[in-house]
Amino acid sequence: MMNFATHRQDFPVLQQTVHGKPLVYLDSAASSQKPQAVLDALLHYYSHDHANVHRGVHTLSERATRAYEKTRDKLRAFINAGHREEIIFSSGTTAGINLVAHSYGRSHVHAGDEIILSVMEHHSNIVPWQLLCEERGATLKIIPMSDRGELDLGAYQNLLSERTKMVAVVHVSNVLGTINPIHEITRLAHERGVPVLVDGAQAFGHLPVDVRALDCDFYVFSSHKAYGPTGVGVLYGKKSWLEKMPPYMGGGDMIETVSFEKTTYQGLPNKFEAGTPNIADVVAFGTALDYIQEIGLANIVAHEQDLLAYAVERLRAIPGLRLIGEAAMRSGAISFAVDNIHPHDLGTILDREGIAIRVGHHCAMPLMKRLGVPATARASFGLYNCRADIDALVDGIVMAKRFFAA
Amino acid sequence: MNDLRSLYQEMIVDHGRAPRNFGVLEKASHCRAGHNPLCGDELMLYVDEKDGLIRALRFEGQGCAISMASASLMTEALEGKTLEQAEKLFADFHLLVTDKEHPAELEESLGKLAAFRNLAEFPVRVKCATLAWHTLRAALADDDLPVSTE
Repeated sequence: MMNFATHRQDFPVLQQTVHGKPLVYLDSAASSQKPQAVLDALLHYYSHDHANVHRGVHTLSERATRAYEKTRDKLRAFINAGHREEIIFSSGTTAGINLVAHSYGRSHVHAGDEIILSVMEHHSNIVPWQLLCEERGATLKIIPMSDRGELDLGAYQNLLSERTKMVAVVHVSNVLGTINPIHEITRLAHERGVPVLVDGAQAFGHLPVDVRALDCDFYVFSSHKAYGPTGVGVLYGKKSWLEKMPPYMGGGDMIETVSFEKTTYQGLPNKFEAGTPNIADVVAFGTALDYIQEIGLANIVAHEQDLLAYAVERLRAIPGLRLIGEAAMRSGAISFAVDNIHPHDLGTILDREGIAIRVGHHCAMPLMKRLGVPATARASFGLYNCRADIDALVDGIVMAKRFFAA
Repeated sequence: MNDLRSLYQEMIVDHGRAPRNFGVLEKASHCRAGHNPLCGDELMLYVDEKDGLIRALRFEGQGCAISMASASLMTEALEGKTLEQAEKLFADFHLLVTDKEHPAELEESLGKLAAFRNLAEFPVRVKCATLAWHTLRAALADDDLPVSTE
């Protein structure tokens, strides 16, 4: 096991006090913090290399283009995509899902068709499909789950039919931490020729992601949850699908020739990257990928699994605390409820102790309904967390219980 | 701990734990659901009002201690008040919870509602305390507009 205490030093934002207490950041599932190397990369890019990409013959434009495209190559290798042009940059996971819902949806989904989602989806993997269904006259079908927070694959199989045009599921639940059996889900969908989109927002950077081993057709994630800047999303799509799909947004950079009579489009990936992209943040995301690789993804996974196991053990020992979601396979997010303390009050009390957790419905209102709770408290981990952070959380919860019992 | 106690005063913890006027009002003249989508707090407010006089209020719902206590204390404060008095109380209460520099006299005129005197130090929680009041205003207006705590 590596010494993760030294990596914590790489994150300047963590070296502060909040309300007079050392910051304990347990909200990485909402957004991770950024190492100094990523901050340096942003400053370096703007200080030395910035120009627009894919257009200039001058030196800076060439440098910017090279740096931007280099991140695409790193990502291809990172998720084991077959081709670099299968990596499409957007503004985030939400934008990537919307791209597929629009482009694939409008060309492949018709009245009477069905789209399968799971009950544990984040709103960003519900609403784009719902909008599509309303427009096309299609219907959403929902894979249910057990009380432990595991998808019911038998029910899923029964939902698949000749009407199914897409299966869109989350890789790791942002509320329950459940790791879904994506390979099995894609295998069953592919038996019927149905493509699968995976929302990997919570998985990327926390789990090994091999898109060819998963055999998913689309895989979507964000930079900002994986130590990179905000405003960058990645859509991986199998070339065979992306080539068949029409452009989503029109504009510069995605065209070959334009006349008022007819426009012809660029090939992949440019066809889906209209307009000046978020160059600097894509470049700095490349640095975040390097940072993850220097530490080693396998080491990060082991560290976060250790934290998770420790957190489960310590939280479970608190009387009146109930863990929400106890899937066998899970990753670094843990939801819970404390008797007689509303999550919001708990969040406020912990904040005054310098502890940042997420409280609320976590943009997963259908899941909250399924769980029968209005909201949960959630602690989530990043590579910079340590067991002492969990000890602080436990102490904070115990204090909150005393506070409300008084 | 001290600044937390300043937010969660005894009055608030008490009313949050055991809200008064909790339940359905069968003969309500106005009834309205209020919802805070950011945090999921929701309540149903029942008002019995006649000729500009608020005769009784009840509410049901779930939410954090701040939102439940605020609804509870609001129903207590408004019973027997006129609509004009209710509007004035809302204006005063709003000033209390949003302005750290609110005048000291305000706390006196607000009575028990002054338990929220330190809420302005916790800006993200202000909406929890104003949900009941916004719902009241919408209930009395009898419009179909969504209740907003903005």
